[in-house]
Amino acid sequence: MPIFDQLTQYLFSGLATGAIYALIGLGFAIIYNATGIINFAQGEFVMLGGMFTLSLLGGAGLPLGGAVPVAIILTTVVGMVFERLAIRPLKSATPLSLVIITIGGSILIRGIAMLGWDKDTHSLPGFSGDEPIEMFGASLMPQHLWIFVVTIFVIGCSKLFFNYTVSGKAMRACSYNSRAASLIGIDVRRMVLFSFIISSAMGSLAGIIIAPLTMTAYDVGIMLGLKGFCAAIIGGMSSGFGTVLGGLLLGILESLGAGLISSGYKDAIAFVILLLILFIRPQGLFKKAETERV
Amino acid sequence: MLEIRSITQVFGGLTALLDVSFSLRQGEITGVIGPNGAGKTTLFNIISGIYRQTSGQIFLKDKNISGFPPERLARLGIVRTFQNIELFGQMSVLENVKVGLHTKSGCGIFSCSFKLPWHLAEERRITESARNWLDFCGISDLAEQRADSLPFGKGRLLEIARALAMEPQIMFMDEPAAGLNSRETQDLATLIRKIREAGITVVLVEHDMELVMDVCDRILVLNLGEKLAEGTPREIQENQAVIAAYLGEG
Amino acid sequence: MKRELLKFLILALLVAILPMLLSGSYLLNVLIFVGIHTMLAVALNLLLGFAGQISLGHAGFFGLGAYASGILTSTYGINPWIAMTAAAAVVTLLAFAIGFPILKLKGHYLAMATLGLGIIFFIVFNEAVNLTGGPSGLSGIPSLKAGSLTFDNDLKNYALIWLFTLGTVLLSVNLANSRIGRALRAIHDSEVAARVMGVNARLLKVQIFALSACISTIAGSLYAHTMGFISPTSFGFNFSVELVTMVIIGGLGSIYGSLVGAFILTILPEALRTFQDYDIIIYGLILILMTMYLPGGLVRGIPAVLARFRSAGKQEG
Repeated sequence: MPIFDQLTQYLFSGLATGAIYALIGLGFAIIYNATGIINFAQGEFVMLGGMFTLSLLGGAGLPLGGAVPVAIILTTVVGMVFERLAIRPLKSATPLSLVIITIGGSILIRGIAMLGWDKDTHSLPGFSGDEPIEMFGASLMPQHLWIFVVTIFVIGCSKLFFNYTVSGKAMRACSYNSRAASLIGIDVRRMVLFSFIISSAMGSLAGIIIAPLTMTAYDVGIMLGLKGFCAAIIGGMSSGFGTVLGGLLLGILESLGAGLISSGYKDAIAFVILLLILFIRPQGLFKKAETERV
Repeated sequence: MLEIRSITQVFGGLTALLDVSFSLRQGEITGVIGPNGAGKTTLFNIISGIYRQTSGQIFLKDKNISGFPPERLARLGIVRTFQNIELFGQMSVLENVKVGLHTKSGCGIFSCSFKLPWHLAEERRITESARNWLDFCGISDLAEQRADSLPFGKGRLLEIARALAMEPQIMFMDEPAAGLNSRETQDLATLIRKIREAGITVVLVEHDMELVMDVCDRILVLNLGEKLAEGTPREIQENQAVIAAYLGEG
Repeated sequence: MKRELLKFLILALLVAILPMLLSGSYLLNVLIFVGIHTMLAVALNLLLGFAGQISLGHAGFFGLGAYASGILTSTYGINPWIAMTAAAAVVTLLAFAIGFPILKLKGHYLAMATLGLGIIFFIVFNEAVNLTGGPSGLSGIPSLKAGSLTFDNDLKNYALIWLFTLGTVLLSVNLANSRIGRALRAIHDSEVAARVMGVNARLLKVQIFALSACISTIAGSLYAHTMGFISPTSFGFNFSVELVTMVIIGGLGSIYGSLVGAFILTILPEALRTFQDYDIIIYGLILILMTMYLPGGLVRGIPAVLARFRSAGKQEG
């Protein structure tokens, strides 16, 4: 394959995984903005999306159109239960205990998934078959297109939600100042629950649309979750385009790194970027530094 | 001895302090007063190295100390207390004061883990000195209690004892009488004078006018981030601009 | 002070007589692991419990020690003690250098950064096949020797490991009750107030991070020499979480608590061997429940809970 076609190929697959990272990263950012918590269990929602879909397709024999929404709903329920049982009871927890609790939740969910399903890696059929399509000299799976379409759709919806609905505006208000928000009558606790619902739904959707390309297993949540976080960090924890750009950038760099340098160290790229950003520009690539009033 | 030269602090678009200058004289008690939002606490946070001012300088005996971090200021003898007392809650009262002696001791990780002889000697000296400071503030009977179990008034005294243990040259107190009853406030006034007698220059931000007028030698008045007046308690009480600012507020 | 000494002597005595009461190499082996885990948990506790700074990458430092010792001795034939010292020195310097930027971060960001760091190490253990043997591991690591004594059976290894473990415990207890220990706890409770008291919080946090990494590296070297074989799975993210769990069980800031935590988390999987896969669920539950209901850990938490019951009983009676 000529080098130009090769690059196009890397670019396309990078954009696809990048879109997934963006969706997961948005989940991190939405919860962080509503609560100040980095939810370490975010990756597990991604895993649950893929695994539930797998069971609903195979075991329950549902068609794809039925399995996907049900899987999203089931994951969202898990997200709600987690918020109710582990996050809400803590009123004034230190960041340290929140980190520990969400890590606890994350490995608990992973453990239950391991018992409920198994330790094997499973593949999910592509939504529109597995015939590659030729485009600009690169060969794409139909699933790639699905990922692009779904991601654009979800990001568009969330933009509309945050800018034009009452609940969306209320959630934004909470992220700026939760005490002030509660003073003007916004039910902050409901907004926290809401943020968990949106994040788990988005996460599970990401897990579902990526599964046909990368396979799924009980432990895919760790890596996907961390890379989603990395996307959110590049984007400065914004629940908007910053994180989306962060995800796409990460996806492309990873794909180029894997193709041109070494596929074994592919995963390390994300973490090196993560550390560099945290060390040098913790406010994200696209934001101006703000003087914070302590 | 401490000189503040045209300090300005801007947060985002908000100017919290504008071109404030004044100087402290050795051995005096200076009060900083002003309505809410006048910038008193901001000024303290700048002097104690917690904020970095937008512009302006601070000099300690002709040495430019602008932008020094708190731990460096501590070694130069500048200490502060906090409006919402910041104790080390999980530690005992005595241990809290021992932390105040951090700069008066020097053993590092190595000699501490191996309990080298000079570390043991130093530890004895620290304990003795810490007990003295508890005594000075009249709370030596609480030495073994956990700091977060103290009632507010005692916590305030502990915070002062801990700051004194540093043997500072200048001590900044942020609203030391807030949350105290009138009896405790009187005791505080006595303690503040005792601190001055020990040779320490004292600066306090305070809302309790009675206390300020009672103990302070000089008063600095801030309003909306600017210096409004400076003078003896009597001058301030008669200053029309000050009266207007306070009446205007409410 | 006297009480601290007594506690330590009781522990040392227990460690000395335990092998006489136990028979069979299986139990001795379990206790060897308890020792290694105690070193690691104590090291992490210095950082997490005292300075209040989380690390989710400590398994990485453990792994660096193990691989550095393993590679230097088995591939390059260097004397194990020299290898161990070199590994500890280099990793301490490395941790010191990384410490400055990484400990500037707080809370969740620090957790993620240390997690990322641990995973980078893990990826290197797996991918640098020429050096580490990759996923299939590194074998043929020689035992440690002292003069004519070779630490090649379980009893000798037990003695060796516990000598180091007791040393770690003693030094950490000393440190905890000293000027440095107080400064660390002060940073944990209120970093601003600690700095106003003249504690150079930034430097001290980095120093303790380096010390913690140094102890973990030594534990890793000892592990490599006692086992003779290492593979990346022992040094992954799960093990980092397991270490945090040990510290939480025993209580943040309690050195002996870490020993209890290490003991429980080493014995538990052995006792639950038939339910092997359940251990990850149990760790998850322990982390959540302990943080919510027993934040002081078992060693300090249980007496507190009992005292609450007693005073409740008194009020009713």
